[in-house]
Amino acid sequence: MEDKLIIGGHEFQSRFILGSGKFSLEMTDAVIKNGGVEMATLALRRANSGKEENILDYMPEGITLLPNTSGARNAEEALRIARLSRELGCGDFVKVEVIRDSKYLLPDNYETIKATELMAKEGFIVMPYMYPDLNVARDLYNAGAAAIMPLGAPIGTNKGLLTKDFIKILVEEIDLPIVVDAGIGRPSQACEAMEIGVDAVMANTAVATAKDIPLMATAFKLAIEAGRAAYLAGLGRILEHKAEASSPLTGFLRD
Amino acid sequence: MNLTTPDCMTYMEGMEKTDTRIMDRVLALMEEYDYDSYTAKDVEHALSQEEISLSDYGALLSPAALPYLEQMAVRGQYETRRNFGNAVCLFTPLYIANYCENNCVYCGYNCKNKIHRAKLTMEEIEKEYKNIAATGLQEILLLTGESRHMSDVPYIGDAVKLATKYFTTIGIEIYPLNTDEYAYLRQCGADFVSVYQETYNTKKYEEVHLSGHKRVFPYRFNAQERALKGGMRGAGFGALLGLSDFRKDAYAVGLHAYFVQQAYPHAEISFSVPRLRPYINNAEENPKDVHETQLLQVMLSYRLLMPYAGITISTRERSGFRDNVINLCATKISAGVKVSVGGHDEEKKGDEQFEISDPRNVEEVHQAILAQGMQPVYTNYIRV
Repeated sequence: MEDKLIIGGHEFQSRFILGSGKFSLEMTDAVIKNGGVEMATLALRRANSGKEENILDYMPEGITLLPNTSGARNAEEALRIARLSRELGCGDFVKVEVIRDSKYLLPDNYETIKATELMAKEGFIVMPYMYPDLNVARDLYNAGAAAIMPLGAPIGTNKGLLTKDFIKILVEEIDLPIVVDAGIGRPSQACEAMEIGVDAVMANTAVATAKDIPLMATAFKLAIEAGRAAYLAGLGRILEHKAEASSPLTGFLRD
Repeated sequence: MNLTTPDCMTYMEGMEKTDTRIMDRVLALMEEYDYDSYTAKDVEHALSQEEISLSDYGALLSPAALPYLEQMAVRGQYETRRNFGNAVCLFTPLYIANYCENNCVYCGYNCKNKIHRAKLTMEEIEKEYKNIAATGLQEILLLTGESRHMSDVPYIGDAVKLATKYFTTIGIEIYPLNTDEYAYLRQCGADFVSVYQETYNTKKYEEVHLSGHKRVFPYRFNAQERALKGGMRGAGFGALLGLSDFRKDAYAVGLHAYFVQQAYPHAEISFSVPRLRPYINNAEENPKDVHETQLLQVMLSYRLLMPYAGITISTRERSGFRDNVINLCATKISAGVKVSVGGHDEEKKGDEQFEISDPRNVEEVHQAILAQGMQPVYTNYIRV
């Protein structure tokens, strides 16, 4: 069976979602090609003019746009940005980002749930960026999210999967694609995320701050593919507690 | 000075009094700050930390950090890239009036100075907007002299409303207002407010602000908080470096911004770094002079204290300095600047506040940004 990522009824071969905005627009094409990227985010606040240096002009044909609502501080603002995005022809996908903290940029889960519900009712394919909390993930599911995007670490920190155990819980419990969104700083961390069964990884800063940006996109592509294959193959068991004692603890049983 | 002139801590009629906790804290910490007490070891410690503490910040601003400027630049560049990528925002200021009611001894707009004063009509303002928008710019900073009488809030509000037709982002740099007035301008479409304290040394502040509402130190200090309470998205901070002891002033600016961000975590904080230039032929080197080296030290200290804050570099500095600092720590640069009243039209209507050192137009600055390997960004904001 072919291994596809399905979000809101749309099929993707690639599990590498690219963030944009932190590297020069002229590089967009090369990064997308090298990374085998089929979905890329863009900040609508950068694309709302149609004038100079519009990122929309640099997105190659066939790429699925995932406009985000960055700049929104509550659900209502996020909804207005989503509507604007649709008007600008960016499609129905929207990544909800509701942030009321300019220092750590941590998502506001409560407003994110409200925004997700409002947008889902208007027919958007909603992918909320969230702090990995099981209850919130369930609420997002019920609110109509098409996928959820938990953070691995504070955005831009390149610290990797600090929230690994909590994301694992989401993988176990939530019947939606899980996309690790922020904090992934190197390909090995992307691979690690894929190994635990998340459905896709998003990266931006890690690619944008590399010396050779297109080459780093290639590295992420390969790492994500490797992690996915490892997950599908089933990781071998790690015996942590010297599980085989020399005289078995259960040796006394006589049936 | 007139004996009846009140001290700079006394509010004038009509000025909203607000909580002064942040001001009290900043002034107390600034008082304690002894930059000569820091050693190379303190600076090395600061640079080895993942998060810069307030004490680390004090070390970075001290003379002991000067030999570490290169390391600070490396770290500053890393932090800026991490938070802003290689984006550099472009904007231009527009002076719509230069009437002023303040007697500030260092300023070209001083009400005692006999300069050509003017105030643009809405028709003239719209002409300026059209000319500015035609250059591709989408962010504008509206400025007035500080005269409530000649450029009142409704006048500024009308200019802001008109600006929303042409620009995605509107900043204002005007006299401090009460919360409800900021709320009104926010409603008109203003997004960001900049107010510079000039100096945080209250004694010096009193000496150089002889009369006018600007004399009231706490009302000015709390302006950013009132702006944020009024719904503004962000606030800008700065001191006129060189007016007093610049290390102490820069220390206070950083703390002021840091505490306001803590109290209003959603606020987008930014810094500006105007300076008084040292006299060139001054035989004795004054340790309090702000040369480019010290200016960069201040900018990098702001960057390391608040890696997520914006830093704006104005045309008071030469092009060679500006082009290089956008690659290290500055995130916003002005272009096509006129500091007269109007002037984007055929002719200026009123005199300049100061001279600029970088007359390049938008296209030239755009190319300079590209030459640094950075990307020019014209809009980074949606008004919703």
